[in-house]
Amino acid sequence: MNFTVMLAQLAGGMVKSVEIFVLTLLFSLPLGLVIAFGRMTKNGLICNITKIYISIMRGTPLMLQLIVVYFAPYYVFGMRIGSAYRFIAVILAFSLNYAAYFAEIYRSGIQSMPVGQYEAAYILGFSKTQTFTRIIMPQVIKRILPPVTNETITLVKDTSLAFALAEVEMFTTAKQIAAKETTIMPLMVAGVFYFIFNYIVAWTMEYFEKRLDYYR
Amino acid sequence: MEYLKVEHLNKKFGDLEVIKDISISVEQGEVVSIIGPSGSGKSTVLRCITMLEKINGGSLYILGEKVCADDKDAGKVVYSDKEKLKKIKKNFGLVFQQFHLFPHFTVLRNVTEAMIHVAGIPKEQAEKEAKEVLSKLGLAEKYDAYPYQLSGGQQQRVSIARALALKPKILFFDEPTSALDPELTVEVLKVIKDLAKQKMTMIIVTHEMEFARQLSDRIIFMEKGVIRQQGTPEELFENPDERVKEFIGKLTM
Ligand SMILES: Nc1ncnc2c1ncn2[C@@H]1O[C@H](COP(=O)(O)OP(=O)(O)O)[C@@H](O)[C@H]1O
Ligand SMILES: [Mg+2]
Repeated sequence: MNFTVMLAQLAGGMVKSVEIFVLTLLFSLPLGLVIAFGRMTKNGLICNITKIYISIMRGTPLMLQLIVVYFAPYYVFGMRIGSAYRFIAVILAFSLNYAAYFAEIYRSGIQSMPVGQYEAAYILGFSKTQTFTRIIMPQVIKRILPPVTNETITLVKDTSLAFALAEVEMFTTAKQIAAKETTIMPLMVAGVFYFIFNYIVAWTMEYFEKRLDYYR
Repeated sequence: MEYLKVEHLNKKFGDLEVIKDISISVEQGEVVSIIGPSGSGKSTVLRCITMLEKINGGSLYILGEKVCADDKDAGKVVYSDKEKLKKIKKNFGLVFQQFHLFPHFTVLRNVTEAMIHVAGIPKEQAEKEAKEVLSKLGLAEKYDAYPYQLSGGQQQRVSIARALALKPKILFFDEPTSALDPELTVEVLKVIKDLAKQKMTMIIVTHEMEFARQLSDRIIFMEKGVIRQQGTPEELFENPDERVKEFIGKLTM
């Protein structure tokens, strides 16, 4: 197999990795906010449920979660698992897992806001929703950008875990070629791909951080 | 007209009784200063009046409208409904010791945000009015600056502008100059003096004795959650209660 063919195959795997990455962010970023609200509510039941949810998601391996999500329809509901479900299961498991991490980042960001901001907004007559969307959230976003960047970079590397459900993303492709051709070259190239991927992610996040640099 | 009426105000934090049976009445155009040692409950009184804290006993009227009152049948303080409280809240502003400006907004937007989204003033008109208020307070050059680019005195003046732009009938100040260096204190005190000249009704918690003496129609001395003495500046400074005397002595030493 020549180098160009290998690159083409890896690029195919890369597309899958990028798909997992983008879809996971798309679902987990907003879902995290919902979970963060659940975690902060005064309703004891909801608060405890989200607490347990977060601790399970953060306390067990993502690989195990992938497997559980994949087999749950069969074991819990006795449903037949179609092959189309494999990719859905990957996105579902990744989103549920990352939402838990994002929820905790949001929560710490929201709780780090000084009470004075809420009180000033209250005295000026802003409603609770206005206070959150106009005063609190814009400042929270600036505060949480660095930890969100960290999670996002971890996600790029975590996409390789999709192999657990035999979803052929970049790393799986690299391993398959490596085994067939008995060379570690494809794995090295995959490493370079991941690095470039993350470089772009980090660069993008830095751009956002700079955009928010206009105030302190 | 009686702009503010506080009767038998009682406030507890848990078991700690912080305010014990305080009554205050303020007429339109009056300037009332509240002085007293740290921890005596001055901020708590302002926070109760401005609805940042719920009270445990007594009643509260702003411009004759009932905020809350003791209800004998319920055996506790009952607040008016949300809509009414919202309406009452439009009548007053509060200036904080630590300014609490919105750091992500420019000076101008700090002032216009509530004008536009709470008072419903069209954006163009709000900006025009906000600029007028800001320039009156000596901030004409600073419309586009962010709070972090301003001195403490300028920040506090922005926060006063932010309150004034909503045209409140009563302004409360909680130690507006305590976070400022002496030379910056002067510029903020001047703004408050100008407001007094324009007959703005104000209740000011302060440690600036000379300022309180010149400006106030009445001074209230608080200690341990009660009003120990109150009266005109002459009454208080010329014939002080022994505790008041001690307190003023300490500050002016
Ligand atoms: N949120 C609170 N929880 C518990 N105690 C409080 C709270 N706020 C104020 N206190 C207490 O109430 C008393 C009066 O405080 P404060 O009104 O801030 O006094 P001042 O403004 O006169 O310095 C103090 O003993 C203070 O510790
Ligand atoms: Mg205080």
